[in-house]
Amino acid sequence: MTAIKKIWDNVSGLWSLVVGLKITGKAFMDKQVTLHYPRETVSDSQLEGFRGPLELVGKPKVPASPKCIACMMCVSACPSGCISITKAKAPKPTEAELQAMKEAEERGEKVVKPKAPKEPTKFMYDFSLCSLCGSCVENCAVGAIRFSDNVYFASTDRNAFKMDLLYRLEVKGQRQEQAKAESAPQEPEKSTKEG
Amino acid sequence: MSQIPVELVKILIALVAVAAFVGLNGLVLVYLERKVAGHIQRRPGPFEVGPHGLLQPLADAVKLIGKQLFTPKNADGFLFWLAPILSFMPVLLLFLPLPFGPKLTGMNLNLGLLLILAFSGLNVLATCLAGWGSNNKYGILGAARAVSQSVAYEIPLLLSVLAIAFQTGSLNLSEVVAGQGSWPWQWNFMVQPLAFIIFFVSALGETNRAPFDLAEAESELTAGFHTEYSGMGFGMFFLAEYANMIVVCSVAVALFLGGWNGPFFDGAWWFLAKVYVLLLVMIWLRWTFPRVRFDQLLNLNWKWLMPLALLNLLITAFVTKLS
Amino acid sequence: MNAFPEGDFYTHHFEKGARENTMILNMGPQHPSTHGVLRVILELDGEYIVRAEPVLGYLHRMHEKMAEVKSWVQFMPNMGRVDYLHPLAWNHAWVGAVEKLAEIEVPERAEYIRVITSELNRISSHLLWWGAYLLDLGAFTPIMYAFDDRERILDLMQKPTGSRLTYSSFRIGGVMNDLDDGFLKDCAELVPYLRSRLPMYKDLVTENVILRKRIEDVGHMDKDMCMRYGATGPLIRGAGVKHDTRIIEPYSVYDKFDWEVPVYKEADAMARYMVRMDEIEQSLRIVEQAVAMIPDGDFMIKKRPKPAWKAPAGEAYFASESARGKVGIHIVSDGSKTPYRVKLRAPGFSNLNVFAECSKGTMLADAVAILGSLDMVIPEIDR
Repeated sequence: MTAIKKIWDNVSGLWSLVVGLKITGKAFMDKQVTLHYPRETVSDSQLEGFRGPLELVGKPKVPASPKCIACMMCVSACPSGCISITKAKAPKPTEAELQAMKEAEERGEKVVKPKAPKEPTKFMYDFSLCSLCGSCVENCAVGAIRFSDNVYFASTDRNAFKMDLLYRLEVKGQRQEQAKAESAPQEPEKSTKEG
Repeated sequence: MSQIPVELVKILIALVAVAAFVGLNGLVLVYLERKVAGHIQRRPGPFEVGPHGLLQPLADAVKLIGKQLFTPKNADGFLFWLAPILSFMPVLLLFLPLPFGPKLTGMNLNLGLLLILAFSGLNVLATCLAGWGSNNKYGILGAARAVSQSVAYEIPLLLSVLAIAFQTGSLNLSEVVAGQGSWPWQWNFMVQPLAFIIFFVSALGETNRAPFDLAEAESELTAGFHTEYSGMGFGMFFLAEYANMIVVCSVAVALFLGGWNGPFFDGAWWFLAKVYVLLLVMIWLRWTFPRVRFDQLLNLNWKWLMPLALLNLLITAFVTKLS
Repeated sequence: MNAFPEGDFYTHHFEKGARENTMILNMGPQHPSTHGVLRVILELDGEYIVRAEPVLGYLHRMHEKMAEVKSWVQFMPNMGRVDYLHPLAWNHAWVGAVEKLAEIEVPERAEYIRVITSELNRISSHLLWWGAYLLDLGAFTPIMYAFDDRERILDLMQKPTGSRLTYSSFRIGGVMNDLDDGFLKDCAELVPYLRSRLPMYKDLVTENVILRKRIEDVGHMDKDMCMRYGATGPLIRGAGVKHDTRIIEPYSVYDKFDWEVPVYKEADAMARYMVRMDEIEQSLRIVEQAVAMIPDGDFMIKKRPKPAWKAPAGEAYFASESARGKVGIHIVSDGSKTPYRVKLRAPGFSNLNVFAECSKGTMLADAVAILGSLDMVIPEIDR
């Protein structure tokens, strides 16, 4: 009995090899599942939710200027310290204005000193440090940052990952304006609504 | 004035032709292997260089030639560089007695089969020297494996070949081929199926092809005997491996599958077509199975292939004597 | 082949015990089958292993120390990077520990989301292990098939978690994103698809005679050995002990589903292989049920912790079951913004150390088979 079982084991073992060959042979005939990257890319639905580098959100009416109020929440929330923001300073009064303010003070009037505008003058983002955890996006009070859908971003230069987000927003806003201007003659109504 | 013997000129021409054939086949096989592997794994394989990646092997060859030939510290430089040459040169000789067509034979030898078996043994020496000379522990392990594997697998290979020799009464490959008919049922493997299977399995072992590629098992020995070789040093081993594959497949075709004989039109194309079918099977096996362990490899040989081949030989001898 | 004049502390130390006629082989830190930067020093007698010693620390990133300078919320992304193959188990352990400490009640929907994503992640981890293990054993094709299926899981997972590998989508008090109906629908479709692929895996690999001969009766680690080293996960389940943190120390909503813990008695590499293959099926079962049962509600507590949130002083320990075994996180808080001390218990660390004892007397090829069957993730071992 054991001898028969042994022989049977060997035969079934050999058969398992044939089964394996059948599977790979079938796969050989099947369609390929990969994409030829530069010529083909994955569909947009497969990119849903994927996080590219951060980008600023523009104001709804002025897409080239950021919603950001420079509250620094994102800077303190970031675990890797990849965001640095410079707040806008109060505009320096000119000589004449200073003079006027002095005079007003002497007269005993209330002087309104120019306040710093709530906006960043510099919004630097180091993508090479970023771990794309989303803490900054979650903690932003005004929803001024989001992840872009720029998934094919790659570079051989380290400095390319240090991004000036304000500049990128400006460029993007200009591009949008341009696109709008181009499409305006065809659909004047729609474009004004969107604006 | 002494004349240059005609035979010598013929051999020289044949050698040059063989070298060209081996080089060309190497390129084709590299492409074929990678393409088949790709499709089995449901990816395109090489695709970027040339149309459908056709020029990829050429680009690889240029890369290999362009690389620095590096001799590791404390390596035996002479043996280290002798090994790749020694592995490649005898392969050219192996092609001489192969009958590609009725008239297309480099050298029609009476003992052609013996020549092939004898010279294919030199390959082991090259592997051994490569492992020893490169002063690398993985290399030496790979060489040790290769030697015991090749020595073991040569025996069933020989025994299965002998069965055919008994049956046809000749060691001349051309005669063996001529003795077979045009149709598949007239070929030797119909008479000797066991010998054919043993030959093919032993050939896999002899050429270090997966699942018997233990000498270079990359997950265990990084690259085995050719760990330290760079550039064309590695390229020579690579080319020799593919050339060896072609040789064993050609011998298999000549002995078992009717050589140049085929339905409707006899000729070299049938020979090449059959060789490539066998090569494809080899590639297919490689990309399907895991690697066997070393003791299992030897067990398979000594406990299964050897006794079976002996039994087969005995029966063949008995039947030949009777008829 | 003289002993090398150079080398470092480990090789010199190891060489002291060398005998005649043996060879000391340094496998790694760069070696195809050590999966990263593990280094194993072996003493070989021919092909047989006389002694083996794993050397760790090539990928030490001070995660425990890093926790002491980051706030409770900020440490979250680190948990995605300790074990890159099953990060959600670490996510779960961390948020579980902090929630235990701060006594935060998590909405039920969030727990369901955690379970669904974590189990999908477990499947993708096991699939990758499967492919890589077969690569170790010399079969090149299975990993491509495994990646084909894994890609589908990743495509699905990136919608709620935002990434494809180092997930850090759990939050203290919930999860980052809610699951939408599209995800639940896709998930319900993916489960039968993956299930239909399992027979192919079985035919191509599990039943293959070469594979069976390679890993059956190899790397015997019995119950006793596993317990001495603290080995958990598929190792101890392959040794016949029904030990799964999801059952032993129930957490989250795992007790609501109908599933089994696969246990094999053989204690060899094949048993561990089978445990993992069965776990894929069980995880599919859990995902299927969870998707059907998921309740409506919030996915995050109302008062989400801000980056500067302070946890109350005290201690807490929370364990979760990762694809490799029991993940334990012990936190000590002094009531400040940052943890006072964090201890991460990595299952891979305990599992790897069984190797030294287990590989004695086996062949070099077996050592590779044993190392592979431990399912190591080096960053997790070194932390």
